[in-house]
Amino acid sequence: MSPTDPAQRDPLLRVSGLNKSFGENEVLRSIDLQVQPGQVLALVGPSGSGKTTVLRCLNGLEKPDAGTVEFSGGPAVTFTAKTTRREKESLRTRSAMVFQGYNLFPHRTVLQNVTEGPIQVQKRPKAEAIAEAERLLARVGLAEKRDDYPHQLSGGQQQRVGIVRALAQQPALLLFDEPTSALDPELVGDVLTVIKELAEEGWTMVLVTHELAFAREVADTVVFMDGGVVVEQGPAEDVLRAPTQERTRQFVHRLLNPF
Amino acid sequence: MEPMDINWELAIDSFWPLLRGGLTGTIPLTLASFTVGLALALVLALMRISGNRLLSGIARAYISVIRGTPLLVQLFVIFFGLPSIGVTIDPWPSAVIAFSMNVGGYAAEVIRAAILSVPKGQWEAGYTIGMSRNQALRRLILPQAARVSVPPLSNTFISLVKDTSLASLILVTEMFRQAQQVAAFSQEFMLLYVEAAMIYWVFCLVLSTVQDRLERRLDRYVAH
Repeated sequence: MSPTDPAQRDPLLRVSGLNKSFGENEVLRSIDLQVQPGQVLALVGPSGSGKTTVLRCLNGLEKPDAGTVEFSGGPAVTFTAKTTRREKESLRTRSAMVFQGYNLFPHRTVLQNVTEGPIQVQKRPKAEAIAEAERLLARVGLAEKRDDYPHQLSGGQQQRVGIVRALAQQPALLLFDEPTSALDPELVGDVLTVIKELAEEGWTMVLVTHELAFAREVADTVVFMDGGVVVEQGPAEDVLRAPTQERTRQFVHRLLNPF
Repeated sequence: MEPMDINWELAIDSFWPLLRGGLTGTIPLTLASFTVGLALALVLALMRISGNRLLSGIARAYISVIRGTPLLVQLFVIFFGLPSIGVTIDPWPSAVIAFSMNVGGYAAEVIRAAILSVPKGQWEAGYTIGMSRNQALRRLILPQAARVSVPPLSNTFISLVKDTSLASLILVTEMFRQAQQVAAFSQEFMLLYVEAAMIYWVFCLVLSTVQDRLERRLDRYVAH
């Protein structure tokens, strides 16, 4: 292998042996993942396969029953019954989440949505946080919307604000939970374009998505999950074009040929 | 039945004492009791949703007792009952305590429901930008819950304005007690009580207008 081979570098994120049950229902079974810096990893699979739960575990929104989530440079959390909330929440210092339903704060303007974390949580200087937010909003074409309230925006615009809010956290890792699933079809493109640009700029991301064509285009690695386990993972082209597992084959075939 | 002769002179002469009873009795009593009651209600609502079984049990029991007993009885327990166990409280503070405790019990359930009506995604969005539970509650959840609770809390407030008339029974000089005194003196019961009723009604009309304005102001938070 050459020294520049991504697999040789220190991964930004290393997940191993992640387990999670909701009551009797085992939703994740020994999930292993690695994300290299600058890489885009797409989690795909049928509904209920556990992909969103994996994403939520990475951000401390769910607490796994067992397993390790480790960021290079820390934090690294090995989950047991004794893991405290503080340990779980430490993971949030490295990642930021973009939600399927945007989850913008309806009582705050666009600008306030973006600066809420930097000013209130990270205690960054107000002027600096506002300037940064304005720059990021301009990038996604929403500079003029800074003083609007979320309900005055279209779904696509709201999701772009959601992305900017995540970027303003200055995270090492961006997490996207089906970012276009709640959008009208004609608005999906705008949001995907922004995500693709971020990928090209070198942002590291984990993306849960149903858009297989998009995954094939932006993702370096695709992880196919079904029934709470990783069925197959590898380079996007391999997994999506020439899956080795029957379950992956069926899933890809069904999504690409819906009728 | 005799035709009714309205004693206009008395109606006009008694207007100022009644209004003064309203301005120095009814309104301050309402404002003080509502403010304290709302603070109590917020604490009770947070106890109810705290997830701590003891705290939530205490709040639940309190709310049940307040809602399950008449306000007049609560007022009498505090003013006439407590002295027999050595606690004597003046009429005014007694009334404020009784009304505040009552508002606290009712408004707690309103506030709790309003907090629960804010989507879970709002908490999560707060957590994911690094907020603690308290920060998310203070900066995201309560402002949104406030919008939802304006109409039901306005009802509580308007009921309170009228309920303060019960304080006349523990000798607080508010509007209705003024009306009773003038009525006893002049024997014009119908006139005085209708006059008092009309002033209460005007107070409540003004409050409804304020409620409308407040709702419209807060409406910018929600989609149309």
